[in-house]
Amino acid sequence: MNDLDAENRLRFEQLVLPHLDAAFNLARWLLRSREDAEDVAQEAFLRACRFFRGFHGGDARAWLLQIVRNTCYSWLGKNRPRELMVEFDEELHLQPVATPESIAIAGEGRERLNRALESVPPRFREVLVLRELEGCSYKEIAAITSIPIGTVMSSLSRARRQLHSALANSSHKEAVSEV
Amino acid sequence: MRCDFADSLLHGYFDSELSAPSAAEFEHHLQHCVHCAVELVDLDLLSGQLQVAQLYEAAPASLRKKIRINLRPVAPTPAPSSLLSWRWVAAAALLLVAFVVWRVIPAFHGEEDYQARFATGIVDAHLRSLLPGQITNVNSNDPQTVRAWFEGKVKFAFLVRDFADYGFSLRGGRVDVVQGRTVATLVYASGEHLVNVFIWPTRQQDADPLAGSRQGYQWIDWRKGKIEFCAVSDAPTSDLQQLQRLFTN
Repeated sequence: MNDLDAENRLRFEQLVLPHLDAAFNLARWLLRSREDAEDVAQEAFLRACRFFRGFHGGDARAWLLQIVRNTCYSWLGKNRPRELMVEFDEELHLQPVATPESIAIAGEGRERLNRALESVPPRFREVLVLRELEGCSYKEIAAITSIPIGTVMSSLSRARRQLHSALANSSHKEAVSEV
Repeated sequence: MRCDFADSLLHGYFDSELSAPSAAEFEHHLQHCVHCAVELVDLDLLSGQLQVAQLYEAAPASLRKKIRINLRPVAPTPAPSSLLSWRWVAAAALLLVAFVVWRVIPAFHGEEDYQARFATGIVDAHLRSLLPGQITNVNSNDPQTVRAWFEGKVKFAFLVRDFADYGFSLRGGRVDVVQGRTVATLVYASGEHLVNVFIWPTRQQDADPLAGSRQGYQWIDWRKGKIEFCAVSDAPTSDLQQLQRLFTN
């Protein structure tokens, strides 16, 4: 990160560093693990630093999240390539990567949503996270995910439907197990 | 039953991302489509669930710390080498102190010395002028006469004016030697005070008045048009400032 001179370092601290939470949150949901997210978010920041000279104003959050997303996908391709091939088929076949920490802090309802969201394939999970958790506009989502702005709405539509059925599925399972 | 509108506009409407005409079109549709109305409520429920669950996960402090460390100009190194770097810092500090002692402090002293020497020279010249018979070489309240007298005695030109109307009446002029340089002096009377205005050429830029005092005498110095002026008197500084303004107008 020492590629930056004093002036750019200050700019980086003012423009990019404030979006550290957004970067971590996206990485955490794409990787479904806090530990992996910490490593990958750090790697993404190193990369952001290296290419900061190429950033000429504009939306710093969208710029950073783009880098985080690409770093996450490259990490997934290397470490869990199967996850990227998964297409949602209304069944939960992504096993949750639950750490003791995440279980300890998770309430019951939260844990159910957590599992449901994690069961949605990454390409749809990311638009849900960006829209519902990060509050990004369609335009920002399009910039971050490199999908056409016209496709953002249909992606969200599909993603929400998948989350909805994942939740319905899990409550159905709960209902069955209670009987 | 699904509705064509559901996929194309419903989510954009829910997210407030539709253009005004599209939103109006969808609202019109909504009045007749129960399916979309229900779906809209479902979307709201889902979104609400996500918010309530607080799924947003902020960066842990450890990550923040790691990134901050990486951003520092010099990354922290293990103890032995950091000791080494402290030694370098100490050496650099010593060098800096040495430089200040060698160059900066003498420079300040030089400035103070110059001021002190300057004030001494001017006030001494003023005191000399107060000795009997020394105050003027040309005794006149007529500016033309005084100016004519200076011609050939000093090699620079300056205006001679009487300011009697403002409380400073011209008494005359003389030529002094102050610190080795030839200086033209105009003498004014202000009430019971005598004021010497020393005038000599300079290469320096114009400068705002600088006032000081020495041995109970006040002086005020300013530069204008490559000429330096210094008025000295036992009159109050405010009087000298008034005279200075008359000179520069």
